[in-house]
Amino acid sequence: MKSVFVYCEITEEGNVAEVSLELLSKGRKLANELSTNLETVLIGHQLDGIPALIFPYGVDVVHLADHPELFPYRTLPHAAVIIDLFEREQPEVALFGATSVGRDLAPRISSAMQCGLTADCTSLEIGDHLESKTQREFKNLLYQIRPAFGGNIIATIINPETRPQMATVREGVMKQEIVDKNYSGKIKKIDLSTILKDEYFAVRILDRHIEQNKINIKSAQVIVAGGYGVGSSENFKMLFELAEVLGGEVGATRAAVDAGFVEHERQIGQTGVTVRPKLYIACGISGAVQHRAGMDQSAKIISINTDPNAPINAIADYTIIGSVSEIVPKMIKYYKANSK
Amino acid sequence: MSFRIIVLAKQVPDTRNVGKDAMKADGTVNRAALPAIFNPEDLNALEMALKVKDQIKGAEVIVLTMGPTRAAEIIREAMYRGADKGYLITDRKFAGSDTLATSYTLYLAVKKLLPCQMVICGRQAIDGDTAQVGPQVAEKLGIPQITYAEDLVTVSEDKVVIKRRLERGVETVESTYPVAVTVHGSADSCRPRISKLLLKNKHARTVTELQAETQDYTELYANRPYLMIDEWTVDDLDAEQGRLGLSGSPTKVKKIDNVILLHKESTFLTSDDRDVESLMKELIGQHIIG
Repeated sequence: MKSVFVYCEITEEGNVAEVSLELLSKGRKLANELSTNLETVLIGHQLDGIPALIFPYGVDVVHLADHPELFPYRTLPHAAVIIDLFEREQPEVALFGATSVGRDLAPRISSAMQCGLTADCTSLEIGDHLESKTQREFKNLLYQIRPAFGGNIIATIINPETRPQMATVREGVMKQEIVDKNYSGKIKKIDLSTILKDEYFAVRILDRHIEQNKINIKSAQVIVAGGYGVGSSENFKMLFELAEVLGGEVGATRAAVDAGFVEHERQIGQTGVTVRPKLYIACGISGAVQHRAGMDQSAKIISINTDPNAPINAIADYTIIGSVSEIVPKMIKYYKANSK
Repeated sequence: MSFRIIVLAKQVPDTRNVGKDAMKADGTVNRAALPAIFNPEDLNALEMALKVKDQIKGAEVIVLTMGPTRAAEIIREAMYRGADKGYLITDRKFAGSDTLATSYTLYLAVKKLLPCQMVICGRQAIDGDTAQVGPQVAEKLGIPQITYAEDLVTVSEDKVVIKRRLERGVETVESTYPVAVTVHGSADSCRPRISKLLLKNKHARTVTELQAETQDYTELYANRPYLMIDEWTVDDLDAEQGRLGLSGSPTKVKKIDNVILLHKESTFLTSDDRDVESLMKELIGQHIIG
């Protein structure tokens, strides 16, 4: 069975990572299109309760590797488990969350399997391909779609020859969907005795400080986002004020984050978080495609920009022409004046 | 004992300044049309390598880069900041490499320079943001990897302690050698050029660059052999041909779409008080806010 595989990531708290649930949901759809199974690999310790949580996403097989040394995550033992599994099972597709863990692990596996890997996909589809030189036809390939190169283009990447077809996807890009709360699959325990070797534990963890996610822009109903055009972290304070008044959160573009105006956790876009709030207020954001990839599903979009031709205006419901420092205080003022 | 640190660095097109001619018809990057810079996180990596060198007597830092002739610029740049030697891996046969083919090529080059204790590179390059090449080189070398390194906590001749930057915190790990390290942009910035080293190394050239020079460097290079930036082509690497360049790259670009915006009927407003107030009233009325 050439299945679709998803690496199921376990968080610090021992839960399934959100991105993994999203990928299982997407993986189920891809498996349906390919008329195959959705399988997942679950690696860690004390995972007994987890399979029951993920079967409802349409998982047919959970490959379980449970061992005290497999938590917290370390590259080599996790990679060894997956490489061994993939060599036995020959997956058609393998998806990983583009997290600290997934981006550490997936390239290691692609190298060992000598297969292609596409990072930070914003869309995954199934389609055919005709190689123009050889006139060879490939059926049912995974189209790995991502913005590339400064966001001026959208590239569709394929791996015609190598398997699995591997991709990483950021949290929030795919939607979580439970297929059937009674969906039942099989659990297959992986025999670790021949897989784990002492040398895989050469890197020792001395100390860890993992914090709760303090900033949760993903679930915010209102997002006030700022771009490089906001100008400074001082000017961002206005955005925080508006967000607070509206009961929302502050987001930012990569340029604003790179400039040090706000922390990285607030970055929205292809290499940040994908959001779908009720209201998205884009302040001084020109609207590069990587940024839009992370917010264009917002229910309502307001753009505040001095440039009437900024690309973001094309997807905005309202465009206010003017400076952020003039308009944002007015929004605060008139919101306060008109809300009960 | 000898202690060798190999830094993998890349000259990248400055993607912050992309013009119309940036892409070729086959979907690969037209590097010639863009300004070229030292990949930012590779500079963080170079700094970490130099910090190791500062602390371990007799350690040497070797910079490896793969690219066209002009990529020798970043090797000189690294030498001005304290790197001891550089190698340029350059051949038309490497063109069109994806991360897998790139990592294979770099691996072959690193293999020629073994034994080494550490291979250090930036987490990712700004022209692709994939963060794949470091772990892929580590896998091919069969050595452990420490990704997202932020701080060199301690280093000795036997082991290194590194603090890693994760999404939600930090982790401190210890490893023996050899080990591959990828460095995060939050690590210390690279030290500036050192004028003494600038004077010492400003005539460093590759063979190809020397051929283009009008000045005769024969005598200078006889006295100062370290100025020679070695060029390695396919013939210098013990490569399986099928694993190089475009043909050795499993990922193919099926198509490139220019970005087309789905136009909404955007209502244009002014910054006028009346406009802003009526908008806020409307949003409150629709229960979007409030």
